[in-house]
Amino acid sequence: MSAELLLAPAGALLLGAGLLSVVDGRARQAVLLGAPIIALWLVWQADGSAAPLRYMDLLLTPVRADRLSRWFGTIFAFAAFAAGLFALGQKSRLELVASQAYAGAALGVVFAGDLVTLLVFWEAMAIASTLVIWSAGSQARAAGLRYLLVHLLGGTVLMVGIAGHFAATGQAAFDALGPEAPFRWVILAGVLLNAGAPPLSAWLPDAYPRASYSGMVVLSAFTTKTAVYVLLRAFPGEPLLVWIGLFMAFYGIVYAILENDMRRILAYSIVNQVGFMVAGIGIGTELALNGAASHAFAHILYKALLLMSAGSVLAMTGRSRCTELGGLFQSMPVTTTCGIVGALSISAFPLTSGFVTKSMISDAAAMEGLSLVWLLLAAGSAGVFLHAGIKFPWFVFFQKDSGLRPPDPPPPMRAAMVLVSLPCIGIGVLPEPFYAFLPYNAGFVPYSGGHVIGQLQLLLFSGLAFFLLLGLLKRTETITLDTDWVYRRLGPALAARLVPIVARTWSGTESTLTRLAGRGLNALAFSYRSGSLARTRESGTVALIAIAALTLYLIVGYLSAMR
Amino acid sequence: MIADHLPALQVAIPLLAAGICAMLRRSVPAWALATATSLVAAAISAWLLARAASGGPISYRLGSWEPPWGIEYRVDEANALLLLLVAGIGAVVMPYARRSVAREIAEESHPWFYASYLLCLTGLLGMSITADAFNVFVFMEVASLSSYVLIALGRDRKALFAAYQYLILGTVGATFFIIGVGFLYVVTGTLNMVDLAARLATVEDVRPVVVGIAFLSVGLGLKLALFPLHYWLPNAYAYAPTVGTAFLAATATKVAIYLLLRFFFTVLGPSFPFAASPIPAIWIALSVAAIILASIAAIHQAGIKRMLAYSSVAQIGYITLGIGIGSEAGLTGAIVHLFNHAVMKGALFLLVGGAILRGGDMNIDALGGLARRMPATFAGIVIAGLSLIGVPGTVGFVGKWLLASAAIEQGQLWLAFAIVGASALAVVYVWRIVEAACFRPPSTEEFAEMPISMLMPAWILTALCIYFGLDTSLTVEVAGRAAALLIGGAAT
Repeated sequence: MSAELLLAPAGALLLGAGLLSVVDGRARQAVLLGAPIIALWLVWQADGSAAPLRYMDLLLTPVRADRLSRWFGTIFAFAAFAAGLFALGQKSRLELVASQAYAGAALGVVFAGDLVTLLVFWEAMAIASTLVIWSAGSQARAAGLRYLLVHLLGGTVLMVGIAGHFAATGQAAFDALGPEAPFRWVILAGVLLNAGAPPLSAWLPDAYPRASYSGMVVLSAFTTKTAVYVLLRAFPGEPLLVWIGLFMAFYGIVYAILENDMRRILAYSIVNQVGFMVAGIGIGTELALNGAASHAFAHILYKALLLMSAGSVLAMTGRSRCTELGGLFQSMPVTTTCGIVGALSISAFPLTSGFVTKSMISDAAAMEGLSLVWLLLAAGSAGVFLHAGIKFPWFVFFQKDSGLRPPDPPPPMRAAMVLVSLPCIGIGVLPEPFYAFLPYNAGFVPYSGGHVIGQLQLLLFSGLAFFLLLGLLKRTETITLDTDWVYRRLGPALAARLVPIVARTWSGTESTLTRLAGRGLNALAFSYRSGSLARTRESGTVALIAIAALTLYLIVGYLSAMR
Repeated sequence: MIADHLPALQVAIPLLAAGICAMLRRSVPAWALATATSLVAAAISAWLLARAASGGPISYRLGSWEPPWGIEYRVDEANALLLLLVAGIGAVVMPYARRSVAREIAEESHPWFYASYLLCLTGLLGMSITADAFNVFVFMEVASLSSYVLIALGRDRKALFAAYQYLILGTVGATFFIIGVGFLYVVTGTLNMVDLAARLATVEDVRPVVVGIAFLSVGLGLKLALFPLHYWLPNAYAYAPTVGTAFLAATATKVAIYLLLRFFFTVLGPSFPFAASPIPAIWIALSVAAIILASIAAIHQAGIKRMLAYSSVAQIGYITLGIGIGSEAGLTGAIVHLFNHAVMKGALFLLVGGAILRGGDMNIDALGGLARRMPATFAGIVIAGLSLIGVPGTVGFVGKWLLASAAIEQGQLWLAFAIVGASALAVVYVWRIVEAACFRPPSTEEFAEMPISMLMPAWILTALCIYFGLDTSLTVEVAGRAAALLIGGAAT
């Protein structure tokens, strides 16, 4: 193994995770913050010239650096730093170790030059992230196990796909898998599972909110975004992704609107946002891919910010239900401000990061003449504003006064929130330097009159819808102002109408399936517990089984010998 | 020269040592002799593997009688790897044994324990090295009889029952095996494997051979615990002394699997091609059943050793599945997984033995506090457990990767999914240990780290779980050549 490998970006964080498991006090804080900085430096140093590794009959390229991997590497390293700062006071050593290993594994995926290295880090991510969830304590145990099982299922599918791809082509290189590539559907299914795609999206909102106040910040950054990265690299322009992405976007909205727990709202909103990225990858033009990549970048920032804000509330009050919160702006000004910055960014307000990234995807759809897609993306954007842009800050920080007067969180957490707010605004105000590093060659001008006005109208009307529908979801909605407005009004209105129906049907189906599966497993388990298969048997019985087996062999032996 | 006689010494030294051991009436000298013998045997096997790898098969004539009349010992890469595995596990387990045996077995029985262990080692090495079908049976009996004693020495009174059942079923298996060999002898008049392979090609009446194959399949199936002939195994592993369990789990079933390979590919393969027979279909079905049902059974066990025993049945399913696939890639995967499973299950039983040393034989639920009080042991269990699941970077991954690739190569995509997907079941039973060790309130005050003489051997095997997961040159390449050798038949 060559020395260059130790200088891989993943190396710094994995080494940091190792150190964190032994050091304490100041040294621990130094590693927590230092390792991501070194990783960030290495992201720009790595040149991918390390000699290929031989493993079994595979040739591996553990480090491959190009614009796309550096793009994701940069934001991952930054997210690891910010999350580390936010978690500076976290007492659970396991969570800190697992978080840093998790971030390291994510960097490993991003810099993997072959599919087997990818798989190795993919599984490492699954384990490390499960530990992040488990470190939150006993209430996270069952959800963590479910999370792990789903990801192992995904890992299984991915591994079969990669093994099949290798068996068919003799190649393990990690590049675009064209329509004729063998086993691409299997690989795609494995990757999509990590992205939170249907039909197994539920793992994400099920498990993430069980993590600690700081754990969820870490979780939100990596798993789904590495999936986006792999889709960008391997499946650009796969038309199916457009519809999967749109489904995810609406799935996230529907459930987020129904949800009461603030962190579950934000978890559903991850599915929703990743849906936009997946749809962008499906459109597949350079502009759309740039949109997906930059939206992933921006999303990591504002989702981390939103979750830090929600995490601060949770850490200071111990509550996370919207109905138990409210009026916190009076005593938590920093948290409130940062939460609002995050909310504006996720809603793609002009002058925030979300605006300059998401508009790329919808513009790409428009340029490709995909008017239905464009329409649905616009309706989806309105939905985002409803659930994450207004609902979260409104219910948590304003609304009725819950009587709680918690102070702002300790300095490191505040510093982390401010640190992440800066690029959320900065990218929105000055997008050009940000665009200069985009992985694909497609220019884009976000601040044209049409964009800004269109987006503002969209936000205004969905904001209006929110307050109108607040408390009276049954209200009928008829006024149409202009044909141009139909979908913009209709989006949120229809959403509000259809939400309960769709959600009820969906969760009904889901729970029926779960119940059936559970019953089958129970029956099987029962046969074990009550002993028919795992019981100690009489020796005579086993001898009889042996005789039966002998008879079987004899019969099939004779039958085949007669042929 | 003495080097020329190493194949014979490989078996003769443990045999002689067993006799001496039985005469020593004291614990420590018996242990020292057993340990020294194991180390020597391991050194010889390593030398034999190196020789076989560089210079091709070694043929040794016992008493200078020419084969096929005399007994021939034949070492090629397939059985040299197995010899190294058996002797190597012995060499790792023995330094561990002193403290563990002292805790689990009455003082006056110690020399008997070590003598039985050495006899068992002799038998297993002999089964692997000999090229004479009847001689295989002789060594099989040596290994079986001594392992009945090993199991019966367990402190729990159920150990007697377990040993008794193993005795009955093991005898049934061995008898079936020798009947199968008898049928082959009837039609060929020879017992030397190479000679058998040559003469089977000229046999006209195939019916006795078909019967022979049926008896061999069931006999060896019992010995290697192929589902549903596995019922003797869980109790035997659960109630044997830990050292006995670790040694037997890592080696005994593996040697039976080797014999299966040897008979079906080297001896029968050239005239009765394995792939053309209906046997692979039966084995694939039984193996998949073993993987899934035994894993579920493992999930529901209360005792930790019993759980690991059921996990062994499932892992054996992976190995026989590779054999059932029958291609060169399938056999390579099977041999690699055979080797890997020995390493990881050996590691797990030795590590669990630490908890048993402190707290007595126990249920999984009683492991509370283990993670805090015995961190090194617990870390080892986690690593070996991850390997059992097949996480990349561990040996378990290598085996599953090869087996899945072999299944895909044969167009059996569903098998690939079964192979990889069943790891989710392994997650659940490994998780049960981790959960109990981390989250349960401490149930005993006795937990404290194992003494270094036990921790070192356990950690050597644990480290190998990682080492062979990263550096596959020994396992995969030797296994690949061994598979080619087996498929190529006895001609080489």
